[in-house]
Amino acid sequence: MPTPHRMIVCVTLLVASGLLAGCAVPGPGEAPDGIYDPQEGPNRRVHAFNKRLDTALTGGGGGGDAVPFVVRAGIENMADTLSLPQTVANQVLQLRLGRATRNAARFSINATVGLLGLLDPAEAMGLPEDESDFGETLYVWGFPEGAYIELPVTGPSTERDAVGMAVDLVTNPLSYWLPAPDKYYATGVRLAERVLDRSEYSEQIDEMLYGSADSYAQSRTIYLQNRRYELGDESAAQADYMDPEALDTEGF
Amino acid sequence: MRHFATDTMTRRAMIGGMLSAGLLIALGTPARAASAMQAESLVDRLVGDINGVISTGASEQQMIAQFDRIFRSYGDMSYIAAYVMGVEARRASAAQKKAFTQAFSSYISRKYGKQFRKFVGGRIDVQGTKAVKNAYQVSTLAYLRGQSPFDVTFFVGEKSGKFFNMYVEGVNMLLTERTEIGSMLDRRGGNIDAMIADLRSAG
Repeated sequence: MPTPHRMIVCVTLLVASGLLAGCAVPGPGEAPDGIYDPQEGPNRRVHAFNKRLDTALTGGGGGGDAVPFVVRAGIENMADTLSLPQTVANQVLQLRLGRATRNAARFSINATVGLLGLLDPAEAMGLPEDESDFGETLYVWGFPEGAYIELPVTGPSTERDAVGMAVDLVTNPLSYWLPAPDKYYATGVRLAERVLDRSEYSEQIDEMLYGSADSYAQSRTIYLQNRRYELGDESAAQADYMDPEALDTEGF
Repeated sequence: MRHFATDTMTRRAMIGGMLSAGLLIALGTPARAASAMQAESLVDRLVGDINGVISTGASEQQMIAQFDRIFRSYGDMSYIAAYVMGVEARRASAAQKKAFTQAFSSYISRKYGKQFRKFVGGRIDVQGTKAVKNAYQVSTLAYLRGQSPFDVTFFVGEKSGKFFNMYVEGVNMLLTERTEIGSMLDRRGGNIDAMIADLRSAG
């Protein structure tokens, strides 16, 4: 008889495959300005909610500056170490075996010599951080990006990345390996890292959320450009290339 | 690979800067980036000038004024302004275009100048240059205190010899700013004069 956990995995994968089938939409290079956002109305409502949440949590600015640097670095290293098994699994699925091997070594080093991930000695040994996720695996497998969506709490995403995130959530190897209290601590560390990320880039994020004329449009274009760049998706960057001779600058 | 610490400039960049300064005087016109090397040296000097301003430790307002001056002397302002205004430029008058170029230059200096404080103690290393259509693409790595290094790519026009765009971790400045200007226009029901007035206090 399937355990409840397995049931959740199956249901998520089913929903995910249904969503992916619906991803038959233009690629990044084809839509105007590389943006395909048919759900703009609902997305904007989610954005308004996320912005209120951010204001409530940060008071309109990151609060992590008060955290001492050593503590921040520790949390960031630990969160990275905790995400490594998943990165390795994804890189194996992407057939990037060299990177998977390096990350497996990185995990062995940091989880032991690195005091359970608190430190990052692997970086000094020439194994720098190299994260991956199931959204990237889907990209490597050739699934289209799908529509832009803004998710509650976690923010900007695409259909492909949202499916990736859901799959990563239910298939995280650590949640099978770790016993009950430890895996909740692990989740706590990863949440704490997200809060620190918000404060590390607080000026840029504040500028985007509170300084721009339309924070929805700004976060959408910045997210899509940055994500495609991370994935190495060149189709949009080529479509965006600006030829300095191909523009009428008369009068400016 | 060249290193730019805020307090030290490499000899090579100094020589490069002096040479191009000499060239500037000789030609009496802005330097033309006829080659990839000149594009790289332009980025070297741009970064050197920015670091020079940061190292003075002046007030934020003074720094922003200096950045504005740097931006105008290195940047192809008419191209940048025309690009970010996009199709709306077709219905803009000559006076509006001029006013927009001025307002946009100051806006960008304020917006990015506020973030340059993060560059104190950081450096930018030039990685290499490649020729793209009518331009040179200069790849650099930015090292900021307590952050992993990130990619910044500068674009220098082959004909103008000036800086016209940059990508920070894949985020295209001109594309992002055109989106913002479009939003500012939408907010004002397409009124160009009102958008320019807003732009003067934005950033």
